[in-house]
Amino acid sequence: MTTVTIAGGQGFYGDTPTAVDALLAEGIDYLCLEALAELTLAILQKDRQRDETRGYARDLPAYLSRALPFVADGRTKVITNAGGINPAAATRAAAETARAMGITGIKIATVLGDDMLTRLDALHTERTDAFAHLDTAASLSSIPSPPLLAAAYLGARPIADALAQGADIVITGRVADASLFLAPLAYEHGWSWDDWDRLAAGIVVGHLLECSGQSLGGNYSGDWWALPHPWDLPYPIARVDADGTAVITKPASSGGRVSTDTLRHQLLYEVHDPARYMSPDVVADFTSARFEDLEGDQVRITGVRGTPATDTYKLLLAYHAGWAGEARVAFSWPDAYEKAKATAAILAKRVEMAGLEVAEWRFEYWGVDALGGPTVPRADDGAPLHEPPECVLRVAWRCDDQRTAGMVGRELVPLTLSAPPAGMTGAGGGGRGATELLGIWPTLVEKQIVDAQVRVSIEEVR
Amino acid sequence: MPRLPLRELCGYRAGDKADIANVAIFADDDDTYALIVREVTAERVKAHFGAMVRGRVDRYEAPNVRALNFVMHDALGGGGPRTLRADNLGKTLGGALVRLEIEVPESMAQRRRARPELAWADEILNRLPQT
Repeated sequence: MTTVTIAGGQGFYGDTPTAVDALLAEGIDYLCLEALAELTLAILQKDRQRDETRGYARDLPAYLSRALPFVADGRTKVITNAGGINPAAATRAAAETARAMGITGIKIATVLGDDMLTRLDALHTERTDAFAHLDTAASLSSIPSPPLLAAAYLGARPIADALAQGADIVITGRVADASLFLAPLAYEHGWSWDDWDRLAAGIVVGHLLECSGQSLGGNYSGDWWALPHPWDLPYPIARVDADGTAVITKPASSGGRVSTDTLRHQLLYEVHDPARYMSPDVVADFTSARFEDLEGDQVRITGVRGTPATDTYKLLLAYHAGWAGEARVAFSWPDAYEKAKATAAILAKRVEMAGLEVAEWRFEYWGVDALGGPTVPRADDGAPLHEPPECVLRVAWRCDDQRTAGMVGRELVPLTLSAPPAGMTGAGGGGRGATELLGIWPTLVEKQIVDAQVRVSIEEVR
Repeated sequence: MPRLPLRELCGYRAGDKADIANVAIFADDDDTYALIVREVTAERVKAHFGAMVRGRVDRYEAPNVRALNFVMHDALGGGGPRTLRADNLGKTLGGALVRLEIEVPESMAQRRRARPELAWADEILNRLPQT
């Protein structure tokens, strides 16, 4: 292929499957569905704790039901990390979806081997400095409770291997977001795995496509109100040449905008050092990319440079971190903020009197500074600079056990009639049960340890 | 020297990784980029966020897109699945950063970024049955 056309059809677990219709209609070689985030892995972990057949992104069948006719015709292949922490179960669901549509003869590949949980203990015993916290350097021995999840961020190679074996659909677990997009580019163009500049070009494209609408006007801080059809923001398409030159564009039928400005917002999203973006496949220099606005919602990207990949993968551990509850109460003028603050104190006092142990509190005053915190100017005495016309108190708390976390919220109920005036619990929630918190522990693992267990399994749907 | 909030000079976007938040700000021209490189230091950003950001703030430059990227450690109350904050992923920290005021030359003192125009939203909303 001289030019490979790939599209980002999903930016998170819960994104809308209808978005892929416009992409498929444009004629794309690969539809990449990126379903995972650190938070998503935690959600899938809780899913799997309840039911061991779960742990994957369960909107996968909805996506596939739209894409499968194109896959069956040989027009488009699908690559997704919707396998989450249970890719085998996702593949079963995908095959069932195909059979239910009467589609057989297609090949589904499953990439396995990113799950390191059962090997952590032995590896840590062997080398006690292994799995130190990536940001704080704390030893794994100090993790507050045992890991429930250990997902290594694999690169593009197992996906490229699956494509070489004829896969029409590739389902993975925790493959790094941008690598999902690099894989078909490297495979189709025959890029070698030490062609750092081209691999980096593919990672830049992947990073710009992985968050779907966010590169074409979604979460855009420019003139967001002036984007065409803001109710129908597009999902991105990239046409990538063998030399790594890429043109980012969108389906003509949808709204939004493709410009250097919309794209640069995404370029630095969730990035630390932009000159050294660490992907499993290459260290990409995002500051080397040159952007050029072309006619008709197209931006050309050239000049991307890369340096050799490191010998480690990112590894994400999650551990139980207690239970949380939350409640909201709205207060009206006059003295809305003061009523909210008094209610916060009264709740805390009542909880204390009831003998309920709270390990951590969070009080937010919506309408005053719930989001801006200390960046919002206050008067010298700590009062809001301007009296707000209304204020919502949001209280959240963390307890060691589920039952206590549930009981704390109940202390708010009598305040309906016995607290500062005109609080309305109807504006929010207080009745929901406690939710489990998961701490996350990012660390590194040597590639060779993980690669030894990575395998690609291919099955034909019959 | 006149002062302006970064809101009038820059675009912004925030993201998260574990308990680290990053906020990038984007200048529209070379003069503005040179100005923010000079004025918006990591120390100043750290002070602006106060108790909200407990750890250090690192600054990176991306001159190809006229951007500065601030990486703020221990900034999300423990990270997405652990934090008690409503804004569990720190998505609003970009807006919080562009509230920061910096000194600007006289020639830039009148700079304003455009404000939202929502005639299209009124059109949609006004035709709905509302109470």
